[in-house]
Amino acid sequence: MSEWPLWEVFIRSQHGLAHKHVGSLHAADAEMAIKNARDVYTRRNEGISIWVARSADIHASSPGDRAALFEPANDKVYRHPTFFPMPDEVKHI
Amino acid sequence: MTGSAPATLDAARFEYLLRLADNGLVLAQRLGEWVGKGPVLEEDIASTNVGLDLLGQARLWLAYAGEVEAAGGSPLRGEDDLAYFRDSADFRNLLLVEQPNGNYADTIARQFLFDQWHVLLLGQLTLSRDERIAGIAAKAVKEVRYHVERSADWVVRLGDGTATSHARMQAAIDAVWMYTGEMFSVDATERVLIDAGIAADTSALQPTWQSSVQSVLDEATIVIPADPFMQGTRSRGGKQGVHTEHLARMLAEMQVLPRSYPDARW
Repeated sequence: MSEWPLWEVFIRSQHGLAHKHVGSLHAADAEMAIKNARDVYTRRNEGISIWVARSADIHASSPGDRAALFEPANDKVYRHPTFFPMPDEVKHI
Repeated sequence: MTGSAPATLDAARFEYLLRLADNGLVLAQRLGEWVGKGPVLEEDIASTNVGLDLLGQARLWLAYAGEVEAAGGSPLRGEDDLAYFRDSADFRNLLLVEQPNGNYADTIARQFLFDQWHVLLLGQLTLSRDERIAGIAAKAVKEVRYHVERSADWVVRLGDGTATSHARMQAAIDAVWMYTGEMFSVDATERVLIDAGIAADTSALQPTWQSSVQSVLDEATIVIPADPFMQGTRSRGGKQGVHTEHLARMLAEMQVLPRSYPDARW
């Protein structure tokens, strides 16, 4: 059954705000992928929500483009919110 | 309904708890035989999870069975004593769950027919007048609802899959169908407990089970065998300790270590 496609699994944990990538697995379709993810990745009460996506549908940036994509941000310190005090009430920034 | 009921209500309760426990224990052991040999890694883990759920439930039933027995004046037997030091004639599981794993369709067929019954049984037992039974059932039924989904899903995938998987799924249902009648046969032991509000009347669950099973099998393009013969009914089945040859062999493997080295520890 090696022809089953690969799926990426994202779990939202008990107190997490967003789904986090936890790993990948094989399954025949999305329904099976969610069931398998439940058994492989949430056995110890890790999650309250599961997302799966076909690995083939995920498009990644190329490591070779790193310099062009990310380095221009390095010298633009004014983009960081470090020039004014943040109120304590503001969370998750 | 034949056979005679045990002398006391607690003696009947002990028997009944063994029936509940041994279904889980024996099926867990069967699923355990797949560990490391599942058709794919993900399925290996998932099926083992089901086995571990069932084993956990069996432990709760066995612990209670031991206490009920001891309350009648016998020496207390713990979970391990009951699991490892009874012979096959003292096991009270359904004939269905002791059937060998066969191919994966055989394993799924056995699981599917059992799960569909198990979830109905536990649902009824949450209403038991015995609070301990109701409590264990309430915990177990949540796990079993997932088992039901999983095994039904596989029946449809294999039944409505390729020509080969369809043929194997049909053959698997054909092979174990005759063990399903026992699930709904009520003997004297169960009757006294049903009348006392302790046990579930499984004979009343049969129509619901039949229609759930039928609708999954329809989707799977699998037909129910026409032969109405059922094994193990009329108080001569696994619930009364009359087992198929498969159980003793399975127990030999399951029990060999604690019997050879009674003081062995992990």
